Amino acid sequence: MTGHPERALPFVLDQPRAHWHDESLWFVRQKRDRQASALPEWEELRNAAHAIKSHTMSRLADYLALFESNAVANGIQVHWARDANEHNEIVYGILAERGVTRLVKSKSMLTEECHLNPYLEARGVEVTDTDLGERIVQLRKEPPSHIVLPAIHLKRQDIGALFHDQLGTEAGAADPAYLTEAARGHLRDKLLNAGAGLTGVNFAVAETGGVVVCTNEGNADMGASLPPIHIACMGLEKIVPRLADLAVFVRLLARSATGQPVTAYTSHFNGPRAGGEMHVVIVDNGRSKILAEETFRRSLNCIRCGACLNTCPVYRRSGGYSYGYTIPGPIGSVLAPHRDPAAHASLPFASSLCGSCSDVCPVKVDLHHQLLAFRERLVKEGKTSSAKSLAMSVMSTVFQRPWMYGAGGWLMRRVVPLMPRFVLYGPWNPWGLQRELPPMPSESFRDLLEKEETR
Amino acid sequence: MTQIGLFIPCYVDQLYPRVGLATWRILRGLGLDVEYPKSQTCCGQPMANSGCGDAARPLAERFLDVFGKYKHVVTPSGSCASMVRNHYDQWLAGKPGFDHLKSNTFELCEYLVDIVGVTRADGDFPGRVGIHMSCHGLRELRMARSSERMDAPFDKVRGLLAQLRGIELVTLSRPDECCGFGGTFAVAEQAVSCMMGRDRIADHERAGAQVIAGFDMSCLMHLEGLIRREGKPLKVAHVAEMLEGARLS
Amino acid sequence: MTSREAIMEALRRAAPPPCEPAEPPRGIRFDDPVAKFSEVLASVGGRCVVGDYRELEVVQTARRVLTCPDQSSQSPHELADVDVAIVQGEFGVAENGAVWVPAANLGLRRVVFVIAQHLVLRVPANAIVHNMHEAYQRVGRDRFGVFISGPSKTADIEQALVIGAQGPRSCTVVLE
Repeated sequence: MTGHPERALPFVLDQPRAHWHDESLWFVRQKRDRQASALPEWEELRNAAHAIKSHTMSRLADYLALFESNAVANGIQVHWARDANEHNEIVYGILAERGVTRLVKSKSMLTEECHLNPYLEARGVEVTDTDLGERIVQLRKEPPSHIVLPAIHLKRQDIGALFHDQLGTEAGAADPAYLTEAARGHLRDKLLNAGAGLTGVNFAVAETGGVVVCTNEGNADMGASLPPIHIACMGLEKIVPRLADLAVFVRLLARSATGQPVTAYTSHFNGPRAGGEMHVVIVDNGRSKILAEETFRRSLNCIRCGACLNTCPVYRRSGGYSYGYTIPGPIGSVLAPHRDPAAHASLPFASSLCGSCSDVCPVKVDLHHQLLAFRERLVKEGKTSSAKSLAMSVMSTVFQRPWMYGAGGWLMRRVVPLMPRFVLYGPWNPWGLQRELPPMPSESFRDLLEKEETR
Repeated sequence: MTQIGLFIPCYVDQLYPRVGLATWRILRGLGLDVEYPKSQTCCGQPMANSGCGDAARPLAERFLDVFGKYKHVVTPSGSCASMVRNHYDQWLAGKPGFDHLKSNTFELCEYLVDIVGVTRADGDFPGRVGIHMSCHGLRELRMARSSERMDAPFDKVRGLLAQLRGIELVTLSRPDECCGFGGTFAVAEQAVSCMMGRDRIADHERAGAQVIAGFDMSCLMHLEGLIRREGKPLKVAHVAEMLEGARLS
Repeated sequence: MTSREAIMEALRRAAPPPCEPAEPPRGIRFDDPVAKFSEVLASVGGRCVVGDYRELEVVQTARRVLTCPDQSSQSPHELADVDVAIVQGEFGVAENGAVWVPAANLGLRRVVFVIAQHLVLRVPANAIVHNMHEAYQRVGRDRFGVFISGPSKTADIEQALVIGAQGPRSCTVVLE
């Protein structure tokens, strides 16, 4: 079965591109550092965000009920979906009932998770992703490779060629300003002619019954305000109790995500536009199951800023597609195995457990501890290689007996130097593919210590 | 009660005995009461990090048996110290002596700085040195402030090494990025692991380092493996070896 | 059982033990919030000026200027060729260059702030708060409201910043 290492290999083998990808994302991490360091209260903000989220999770049903009653009072129609399919049915139902055949979408990882686009397209709805990065990957018939920067894996020449092919831009033209201008014309046309607009939700406020969407391009605002119908789709963990709590999260989100002090637009939708209607679809799709698990529920605190992807030394060098899941990187590696442990068993192991993700996370999700905890669960459930488990229990047996350990070490230090290189560095030794083994000393520490003490 | 139980990780015992000896000499040189319990083997980290908790548990229990009697446990490895301090709870919580063991196990540098109170290192180490901040010491033991965090900066390792005569500590462009060792990660994800390692080495080279210094031989073993394969002039050194000849006070 | 009931029941069963929320920290404050506002706005591609908005070049050279709130019942699509929208902002935020605009200031067609080619925001010079904690104290319960920080922008192509993605190509804040 192919896992992360196999999918990462071709990405790593293209070294210039892998380095370029690594540097692009490190650049975003550095921008984040500059913004975060400008706030003396940064660590306090993280603590507050963590506490607010943890509190919210402990009363999630209450806050969702409060949100619903306030939203309904604001004239919003609230829908509930247990899973992806129900979510897709609800969205399609709203569109079909009103005869809408053209939908514009702004960025929503939830609809990616639910595979909404193919569902709607199969039923005759034209779906246009209007975020530039999302539109680029949509035209390439690819999923996003990053949750905030969907086309981060592409070079300007790739996009120039794509636009030449699909939007009729000049052949060979790859200037980002030129390409963005071409997309602007194309997307405004789609926005102006849509029958409905769908947005994601960054935060839903229980106290006000409204949702907040943070974007830079302005596409979400056009999508939600030009057509008469606005559908906002949210995972049920997006709720925050009070309007004042937004300050904490809005301050953290863009700084962590892209190193901006705030996104260009932080839009508060508390009801339909004049003459229009607004729907909010609240989706579970496995989240209540995660909430029930003490070790993993903190992953629901995630605000999808993508900072853990940008800082992850593995993500930067293996690319979003190596994860094989809608959400890549450390947070994806924690979420994916909940959905399908067998299919995503390699993801919690696709980490050196360096912990940079946990330290960068604006809501203090203990990501690297969750990755470690998932490893143990996957082993227990028999989802990992039995050869590795066997090797580990043999090692454990040896280490439980000091004489065996001592003899084994002695033997290794004597035998390894005698082995011919082609044997030692054969294909069965992944360590040695690119690295030398350490030189074998003739004496162990305990041998040296005996001499030291009799000296 | 003997003051210090010296914990020399299995791979240091077998592969880097000089590092263990340097640690012993540093502690003895400070006039401390040190003992090396010979029945020790491995803390169980390789098994735990592979998700094999059942294989790790007996080693954690053994560790408590062997080291429970000491006032302090000191080891020249941030990663192994973190295993005891941060990852033994699941198996040992509530067992007699565990709370004491957990709060009294230290990596060498933090022991010198926080417990012994060493403020001066009088010795020589001429040359340009880059410090490799191994992740578990950095982010689990908090031996320095990690680059992600925005609270007041500190660095217990740099604080010691910077005092050596002739040493020039170089500035890396990525001060604390992971080297890609990661235990079994180094093998299971060898392609990514080796790219991470080479990038780390390149950063030290660009900064003009002649020596990569660290407090975890596991990371240094990985980096040295890449350095030697590529025939680079860089060397790696454990902080214990660098401080061995110094007078600490 | 409806989906709503099923979800609510699952959430109540799964709920962790209660824990208290936190009060937000005291936010950063600046010696000169107006100067900070102006500096941050410039850093996000906007511009802050003091004076009369009618004298702005972008207003003078525009073919179609729309002064908001505009209550005419034209379809939102008829706003697509607005060159400049003039919108009253309630207050600005020094830490991030954002201006709060509630629905009432936009008029019947709230899309105007993002569909216009250029945006001019008028803000009272004495209405610059230090940070978002202070800002949310002043945010009301309008049907719609938006913090606007600079012009529309994207960096989706190789992280290269391009101003004027789908929305306004410029954002000028006039302190009055």
